[in-house]
Amino acid sequence: MSRSVFSYRRWIGILVKEFIQVKRDRLTFGMIVGIPVLQLLLFGFAINTDPKNLPTVVYAADSSIFSRSFVAALENTGYFKVTSLAPNEAEAQRMIAEGVAQFVVTIPADFSRKLARGERPEVLVEADATDPTAVSNAVSAVQRIAATALTRDLQGVLGRSIPAPPPVDIRVQRRYNPEGVVAYNIVPGLLGTILTMTMILMTGLAITRERERGTFENLLSTPALPIEVMTGKIVPYILIGLIQVALILLAARFVFGVPMQGSLLLLLGVVLIFIAANLTLGIMFSSIARNQLQAMQMTFFFFLPSILLSGFMFPFRGMPEWAQWIGNVLPLTHFLLLVRGILLKGNGLDVLWPQIWPIVAFMLAVILIGLRFYRRTLD
Amino acid sequence: MNGNSGPAIDVTGLNKHFGAKHVVRDLTLSVNRGEIFGFLGPNGSGKTTSIRMLCGLLTPDSGSGTCLGFDVIRETAAIKREVGYMTQRFSLWEDLTIRENLDFVARMYGMHDRTRVVAEAVEELGLADRRDQLAGELSGGWKQRLALAACLLHRPKLLLLDEPTAGVDPKARRDFWEEIYRLAAQGISVLVSTHYMDEAERCHRLAYISAGTLLAKGTAAEVIAAQHLTAWSVSGPDLVEVVDRLRGKPGVEHITPFGATVHVTGRDAAALEQSLKSLTLGPGHHAERIDAGLEDVFISLMARAPDEARQ
Ligand SMILES: Nc1ncnc2c1ncn2[C@@H]1O[C@H](COP(=O)(O)OP(=O)(O)OP(=O)(O)O)[C@@H](O)[C@H]1O
Ligand SMILES: [Mg+2]
Repeated sequence: MSRSVFSYRRWIGILVKEFIQVKRDRLTFGMIVGIPVLQLLLFGFAINTDPKNLPTVVYAADSSIFSRSFVAALENTGYFKVTSLAPNEAEAQRMIAEGVAQFVVTIPADFSRKLARGERPEVLVEADATDPTAVSNAVSAVQRIAATALTRDLQGVLGRSIPAPPPVDIRVQRRYNPEGVVAYNIVPGLLGTILTMTMILMTGLAITRERERGTFENLLSTPALPIEVMTGKIVPYILIGLIQVALILLAARFVFGVPMQGSLLLLLGVVLIFIAANLTLGIMFSSIARNQLQAMQMTFFFFLPSILLSGFMFPFRGMPEWAQWIGNVLPLTHFLLLVRGILLKGNGLDVLWPQIWPIVAFMLAVILIGLRFYRRTLD
Repeated sequence: MNGNSGPAIDVTGLNKHFGAKHVVRDLTLSVNRGEIFGFLGPNGSGKTTSIRMLCGLLTPDSGSGTCLGFDVIRETAAIKREVGYMTQRFSLWEDLTIRENLDFVARMYGMHDRTRVVAEAVEELGLADRRDQLAGELSGGWKQRLALAACLLHRPKLLLLDEPTAGVDPKARRDFWEEIYRLAAQGISVLVSTHYMDEAERCHRLAYISAGTLLAKGTAAEVIAAQHLTAWSVSGPDLVEVVDRLRGKPGVEHITPFGATVHVTGRDAAALEQSLKSLTLGPGHHAERIDAGLEDVFISLMARAPDEARQ
């Protein structure tokens, strides 16, 4: 009995062949370079929208009627939805870092005392401004309520007229992206969309192309093992993907001046997980698709919702609930949060985990489905 | 066991279904070492499917056997290393150059002296000056020669050639067959599928498959004899009218034009002779009994097969 073992030499051969073919294929090559450029241009001019009901955490060190009225006034603007009351400051900070909350409202302990004395207490509203379009309207609404929020309470309790400057001093802090630079959000987002595109489409095409042209039969008739063929065909695209990542990050850093707070190593790890998830999908598509056209159609069928519902194109929290539900299944949604978290917030692994496991779960699900479709021979 | 003793191909009862379609039925076939074995049959009869099962590209639903001594079901990896398979459709990479294609194939077989083997192959092909041309830019005849060179690169002991000369000019076909004879003389076994009668006649032995079932096998003479076919050649003016009158007469099974004559064949010799005699042939008409050829036999076999064979 002859056992067949993975042959490094054959694997290199497949790799070399794939590289030559990519190099010769002008259209593919153009897509690899052209898509990032095109998307940078297109999405550099981000679309402004107006999401409401943004999750807000309130940390109230003072639990008087005044602070409750103030919170109610915030909610009445329609932009804020208080999802939880934080027991302490650290907890509130953790929630904004994880992205569970878009805003943290901190009401100081001496809030009502200062109000009563007419000393204009400070309220701190911290906004997660990684996606500036998502928070800009909410931030301006905050400024408007400063004057009106407590009018009725103060008249009742103090029995005197309200001082001319607003009774509360609301300090807004745009966290992570203080100037609200759209590119800060767009550039990390591009990383995700371009990887999705390259990984799924290119691997899908590379494999269905062989099947469509009949060359797969030749490949299978040689001693090359399926695992060598599959990985040998995929690895070049992983490299291409990493080159794209490097290009975009360089552009982010030096053209758009996007800050890089977190660990680049962690970013690389996250990128590799994301690439793996997309590759499995690409392979699954290629084993279902009968030809390149079908592989292409399947890719776009997946790519469109990824772009539209992941929070890349429109602020995630501005989408209807059903759309958010779909969005949460897509790896890109979580990848965007991860990249923004690492680049703009400097988040560590502990905070990122809630976004990592959905990508891994997606990948496992695809593998399970894909195994049913995988065709080992020509059958 | 493996190696150089025993038949090159020896399979019994291979079956293959695609969905509900029974594409190959109980294929039993044996090819000797150094033999050129012809594989004939109409379109869709299961030739390609059979060949794919022999070289481990398709798993038979049932049946067993060996190819070069290796089990066709369990030892496909060993078979692939020692068999050269030339696909019906050109299946090298059109966006790779001639040299890159050969180099890739050599790598797939893990050949150590790759550069030398590829250089020699290019030289032998007579393509040394065009080795950096893309394979897709070659003419059909050259593609076929390149494909043959590619599947000979690893010095296989058995060649499976699926319609290797389809669409190739007569001169290239003759060269091709000279090469096949040369290889067979070196002890390489060859199974070749074809639709050409002259090629069938060049094979040491042949088999005819129809609708997935082997209907005949043996040397050309044996295949012809086994059909007990009687053939008459009719010549003269206005053959169209003669053909019309012959059609449907007892014993007349097939009427096939052959240039200036028509061949009339049937298995019932007496009835056929009676029908021809009773026909009052005009002046200048001449009917003569001839030996049935391979083509007469195949046409007769083809027409007898159920219709599903021709799908
Ligand atoms: N992968 C497949 N899936 C489904 N049906 C198939 C497949 N491959 C072949 N068939 C069917 O099996 C039958 C036999 O096909 P095959 O290619 O073996 O015939 P062939 O004798 O090689 O014909 P040709 O002379 O035209 O090359 C055909 O009816 C074909 O439609
Ligand atoms: Mg065929």
